[in-house]
Amino acid sequence: MKLSELPVGKTGVIISFTDEATSLKLMEMGCLPGEKIIVERIAPLGDPIAVSVSGYMLSMRKEEASTVLVSPAENIKK
Amino acid sequence: MQDRIRIALAGNPNSGKSTLFNALTGLNQKVANFPGVTVDSKTGRCSLRNPSTGETIKAEIIDLPGTYSLYPKSPDERIPFQVLCDPDDPSHPDIVVVIADASNLKRSLFLCTQIIDLKKPVVLALNMMDLVREKGLDIDVEGLSKKLGVPVVPIVASRREGLEILKKSIFNAERAFPDDFIDIHQLSPCVLSGIREVVKVNSSYAAFQIANNLEIIPYFSINQEKKDRITGIIREFGFDASKLQVQETLERYKVISSIINEFVTHREIAEKRRITERIDNVLTHRIWGYVFFFLNLFLIFQAVFSWSSYPMEGIQQGFTWLSGLVRMALPAGILNDLLVNGILAGISGIVVFVPQIALLFMFIAILEDTGYMSRVSFLMDRVMKKFGLSGRSLIPMVSGVACAVPAIMSARTIQNRKERILTIMVTPLMSCSARIPVYTLLISMVVPDRMIGGIINMQGLALMLLYLTGFLAAIGAAWVMKLLIKTREKSYFIMEMPVYRMPHWTNVGHTMIEKVKVFLFDAGKIIVAISVILWVLSSYGPKKKFEMINQKYTYPEAISSMPPAEVSNHIQSEKLEASYAGIMGRWMEPVIKPLGFDWKIGIALLTSFAAREVFVGTMATLYSVGSTDVSTASIRDRMMQEKDPADNTRNRYSPAVAISLILFYAFAMQCMSTVAVVHRETKSWKWPLLQIVYMSGLAYLASLCAYQVLS
Repeated sequence: MKLSELPVGKTGVIISFTDEATSLKLMEMGCLPGEKIIVERIAPLGDPIAVSVSGYMLSMRKEEASTVLVSPAENIKK
Repeated sequence: MQDRIRIALAGNPNSGKSTLFNALTGLNQKVANFPGVTVDSKTGRCSLRNPSTGETIKAEIIDLPGTYSLYPKSPDERIPFQVLCDPDDPSHPDIVVVIADASNLKRSLFLCTQIIDLKKPVVLALNMMDLVREKGLDIDVEGLSKKLGVPVVPIVASRREGLEILKKSIFNAERAFPDDFIDIHQLSPCVLSGIREVVKVNSSYAAFQIANNLEIIPYFSINQEKKDRITGIIREFGFDASKLQVQETLERYKVISSIINEFVTHREIAEKRRITERIDNVLTHRIWGYVFFFLNLFLIFQAVFSWSSYPMEGIQQGFTWLSGLVRMALPAGILNDLLVNGILAGISGIVVFVPQIALLFMFIAILEDTGYMSRVSFLMDRVMKKFGLSGRSLIPMVSGVACAVPAIMSARTIQNRKERILTIMVTPLMSCSARIPVYTLLISMVVPDRMIGGIINMQGLALMLLYLTGFLAAIGAAWVMKLLIKTREKSYFIMEMPVYRMPHWTNVGHTMIEKVKVFLFDAGKIIVAISVILWVLSSYGPKKKFEMINQKYTYPEAISSMPPAEVSNHIQSEKLEASYAGIMGRWMEPVIKPLGFDWKIGIALLTSFAAREVFVGTMATLYSVGSTDVSTASIRDRMMQEKDPADNTRNRYSPAVAISLILFYAFAMQCMSTVAVVHRETKSWKWPLLQIVYMSGLAYLASLCAYQVLS
């Protein structure tokens, strides 16, 4: 499923990206395939979202999150 | 080693790079100028003592803009790449100090290993070691240093811990270079060897970066023939840039993961994050988040609008005193006039902005340093995005209500170039404080000073409507320009939301000083120049006419009927009418006539370019009210008495004219300081000129409609 569809508080594992240019930006900021990613919160107006990945919090627009494919994992929020 | 070295400071955003830079250089800083880039880079100086020889050498330190990798995502981000990969770049360093957030090494090592692969001498500064301990992490510094092949120094930049060791280790940076972290050469052997033959780079990785960033090559200091050869090589052998970038990124992170596993051990869970989470529960809350944000805006607005008015008044009084002194000290004449009315007036027009700029940037530095600024974007992005603006655009726009000059400088915090340009373009439409005297004068001519329902003052209501008009015009203009301005560059919103922390007060102070300096020296030059031009235009004219005026007032019959003070008022008034500004006003008359303006208003429109409030003073001079008693009421009364020259029964300043004039001042770009600062911030004349054209066009249309409908 797309990262933008992952509900708040749920963990996913990054599988792949659908947009090459966006993936480069995301990868250099630590969003790598195989990495766990948690949707921390959604902005009150519904966009953007905040995610935790490899120890940071990143915010991105839903549009950007929809280029990240994740597989939902069991909710093992640290 | 030479007696003078150049060190570049590179690192991720939020890694404490500015703190380290400030700690190393103190106040020996200046803003470096990279043509065509709207992002500034700073340089500073410090002296370093070689521990083995005891010699002291001078070091020039370049603070490169924060970046996550060498790949520029937009032309604005090209500086780190360009400086580090072009061996002939004037800023190319001898040594690179990479600063890393030690509490989050993985991502920091990405940039770090890229730079090490360039085969430049590198020192890695592991910052925030205090956080590492708090987080329960253990870093094997020595092992890491051996593995990376560069000196690694743990520091806490905010407490100046480890700085001395860092300075010493700069002398140990030149070691044997390790092998590439990943096998770059095999990614595209022919292209890389080819490029290395053309450009004198000492690593495959630098060649790889060059091949990847062809659009940046025009900025390189190599000649055109070599640039063409590089393009030729790439065309011949083929180079799929983004695919190879993905491959490099993945392989590099694989190596980094194994390094992290080997040298970093993890004991407990992160506690800091939890505090941040709790703060975020409030500050990004759907109600409290906005309450807190608008409280912040209100505080900033108060500071720029009202706190700064005290020092500003002081500055103005100081300059009035100084002008008086100069006027008395020098014999009357051109030099005296030029100094007082041209140059001093210009300088005081610059210095008067200093309190506003300093205060605004104090708040912005605090908001940035604490990590709150990224939450502002998070909260507001959805709304502002629709108008092509960023969540952060609200801060410049609200500050623009006080003054567009500091506001436009604060648009710096917007990373995306298009959003930043749009914010700069529309901010001057916000109703700034210089419009207030003009509005007050004109409103008092059309709106009766009466209360509605006993509580709402009608003139106050009119003023509020004008503020609203300014805001609506600004977001409307942004929306239109969003559709018109095309950028090839892809815009990202992806950004880090850093952990909250206390602001570093030295950073705050440095930011304030730096912004004031940039304004005084960069925008200041242009402001003084325009001020002098305006002075020449309004105090000189064809010689014959000026002599006639002087002669006329020497005849006793011309002056016998009035008191001496009024005589000089009349002389001033007639001279302004006869000056070049007056002549230009007359030329303009056919153009501005459909708006209901005559040539006298034309003169006021011209002189208002110094600052909008000059309108009031010019009107006073034109109607010989006298400069000693420039009260709004006396000018208003005089203007109200003025009859229409074509029809003596009608008032010159009918409500239609006054409203047309109000709208003109609401929209027109009549502020040389804003023009100068837009030029400084966009590093081009294209944007300020476009701004003048579109705002004047808007003003003209609005006034035209208003006058034609109302009269």
